[in-house]
Amino acid sequence: MIAELGLAALWLSAALAVLQMVSGALGLRAGGGAAAAYAIHARPAAVVQAFLATLAFLLLLYAFAITDLSIKLVATNSHSAKPFIYKLTGTWGNHEGSMLLWVAVLAISGGLLAGLERRLPERTMSATLAVQGFVALGFYAFLLLSSNPFERLPVPAVEGSGLNPLLQDIGLAIHPPTLYIGYVGLSVAFSLAMGALLTRQVNPDFAKVLRPWVLGAWVFLTFGITAGSYWAYYELGWGGWWFWDPVENASLMPWLAATALLHSVSVLAARDALRTWTIMLGVLAFSMSMLGTFLVRSGVLTSVHAFAVDPERGTFILVLLGLYIGGALAIFAARASSISEGKRFTATSREGALVFNNVMLSAILAIVLLGTLYPLLTEAFDVRVSVGPPYFNPAGAIFAIPMFMVMAVGPLLRWKDDKPKRIQFELALLAAIAIGVIVLVAVLGDFDVLPVLGLALAAALGVAALLPLRGRKLARVPIATWGMVCAHFGVAVALFGMASESAFTSEKLAAVAPGQTEEVAGWTIRLESVDPVAGPNWTAVEARIAASRGDEEPVMLAPQSRNFWAPSQATSESALVTRWDGQLYAVIGDRAGVDAAGNERWQLRVWWKPFVTFIWYGGLLIALGGTISIAGRLQVDLRQRHAIRRRDEERADLEALNGRVSDNGPLPEPAE
Amino acid sequence: MRVLVLLLAFLSVPVFAQQTMPPAPYAYTQLDDPALEAEATALMETLRCLTCQSQSIADSDAPMAGDMRHQVRARLVAGESPTEIRAWLTRRYGDYVSYQPEVSATTWPLFAIPLALLAIVALVLLRRLGKRRSDAASGAD
Repeated sequence: MIAELGLAALWLSAALAVLQMVSGALGLRAGGGAAAAYAIHARPAAVVQAFLATLAFLLLLYAFAITDLSIKLVATNSHSAKPFIYKLTGTWGNHEGSMLLWVAVLAISGGLLAGLERRLPERTMSATLAVQGFVALGFYAFLLLSSNPFERLPVPAVEGSGLNPLLQDIGLAIHPPTLYIGYVGLSVAFSLAMGALLTRQVNPDFAKVLRPWVLGAWVFLTFGITAGSYWAYYELGWGGWWFWDPVENASLMPWLAATALLHSVSVLAARDALRTWTIMLGVLAFSMSMLGTFLVRSGVLTSVHAFAVDPERGTFILVLLGLYIGGALAIFAARASSISEGKRFTATSREGALVFNNVMLSAILAIVLLGTLYPLLTEAFDVRVSVGPPYFNPAGAIFAIPMFMVMAVGPLLRWKDDKPKRIQFELALLAAIAIGVIVLVAVLGDFDVLPVLGLALAAALGVAALLPLRGRKLARVPIATWGMVCAHFGVAVALFGMASESAFTSEKLAAVAPGQTEEVAGWTIRLESVDPVAGPNWTAVEARIAASRGDEEPVMLAPQSRNFWAPSQATSESALVTRWDGQLYAVIGDRAGVDAAGNERWQLRVWWKPFVTFIWYGGLLIALGGTISIAGRLQVDLRQRHAIRRRDEERADLEALNGRVSDNGPLPEPAE
Repeated sequence: MRVLVLLLAFLSVPVFAQQTMPPAPYAYTQLDDPALEAEATALMETLRCLTCQSQSIADSDAPMAGDMRHQVRARLVAGESPTEIRAWLTRRYGDYVSYQPEVSATTWPLFAIPLALLAIVALVLLRRLGKRRSDAASGAD
């Protein structure tokens, strides 16, 4: 019954998406009459849809929770002996389930938009909901026609085939949902941008409605990427935290576009400039999240040829991608002439710096896109090319280094026009810090260019991030400015962690018998024992390691080498010691023969990674900065609404008193 | 028949795990000379693990990555240069094994496109920011 209910809820949602689309489109037609009467259905359709899609997802969640093996998806991706929490997270650890999650989140955000947003003109809202319905309909069709999560087996399976052990981790429980919320948030931004474009309402009021969606999506993307990076770091067992893997790039590209969009929206809201930029970046951000979905969901990454053999799903997403992006660009081309660029500004202004960095972010995005797609393209012609860190790091750095430099200075500049001379003290200070760090590191030892530059830029950025607060009464700084300071400081912290990890990591790989010790970067590592242990669906060898730094008390570590049996796969469970200045990372490998005395030896891998944790602290600070910014905007928004209401009341009172009429303009927004 | 194969596969897993050859000596052991080991690490980080997804041989547990790490370290000790070792590996496994970007008939767009991108970026910035424009200069818009 569960599966049938879920399927019915999905079909109903799809039907409501059609209603939302048609009703919204009718609302767009000027004039009243019969058409306008139908337009009122768009909002309720979106709200009810949100409940139905959520219901469908909850039903699938329930099917996984009770391991209903008559459902094909459960039988192929779950197992009755799996820990309960991983039964639940297994719901979205597969193609169909994750697409259902996508659609549910999309419907919920559509419902929120329709239910809560009252600031936009009703025509713009109708257009937005029509586009939102159109986007949702594509995904419903994809889910229902090519990846039905509720498909039944003719005969229920006796036992499920299990979930990939690498994915049986709490990191997986939070990583994909956060990324999906980010992707979907960008789809709402896309719908809003299209709505504004269709009704020619690209103005600061629209930017203020768009901003929380972009900020929210961006916060979730930031958090999702940070969590994913940490998951790869501790789960893959070699201490790498970013591999330039296409799946990682698929999440990085929307983030880059969203970062550019976020800054562009702020300029539009505060200064009424960059109108076409904002719309273009909105289209770009959504395209990148669609492309990410295509890369991850079509199977094209495992092998282009596997994709060519079973292209149904991939083709479906590609067609959707082409339809949305092509449609968006067509509308853009038709409307672009009617939208002016907005207010002008000079190169040495805050807008100028933001434009520069938006271009740099787009260029980095282009490099990542090229490096990700090019190997897929050549593989289609049977030429296999490897594009990895030695390509991405320097090619990205060409644009990232100027970007970080401008990022340090940009927030210090004034809007519209400024003289560099005014901030010459700050410029000299930042340059001195960067050069000082480079000299210091050059004295310390011989390191690669990029990590050294990274350290220098991180130090300068860390100071620069705090400079906007200089000379201001801290209690009177707007909350949104604190958000910016926090996020920019987070970038400096993360950059410092990345550069420090690549410059200063110490590594020790050795075959060790119990009782022996090894040394790495001031740590003494003693292998106490190696014993077999068993878990609910795995067996493992567990090492007991005493690690001590200098003369301090040893810390006990227990890394494991696990063997899962459903499905059969081996994983390394690393053990970490976190200190303020870095992390000790220990992994136990296979047997490595016997030593001279006949004792059995084990492969032991130990790293000391100075300040590696700053990478993720930085990521969290960036996400926190975004959150603070949202809170600040909401507060200002509520206060303005309150002020407008009170002003209107006072005016009404006055008018009642002496019958005077006056104009009624909106309050200006503080320019931050 | 299929059941039998499945059964065999199931039975063979633990047996196989215990009877595999021990990994080659340098697969999981560093070289004694720190300078040589640093060279080895730098080289290994630019060699692809052919059986993994987007991992270098310096980040992988796969047996093949272990063998390749052994090859790299053993050859460095024997006096070969990193360039020679990379050349030997690419002769054996094709260009695919190397992450080192090199301009060739199949990879030139990877270098041409970023150069074009630089030009585009310069053009966009000049167009947008080059001229000193302000509200006053361009009039109302």
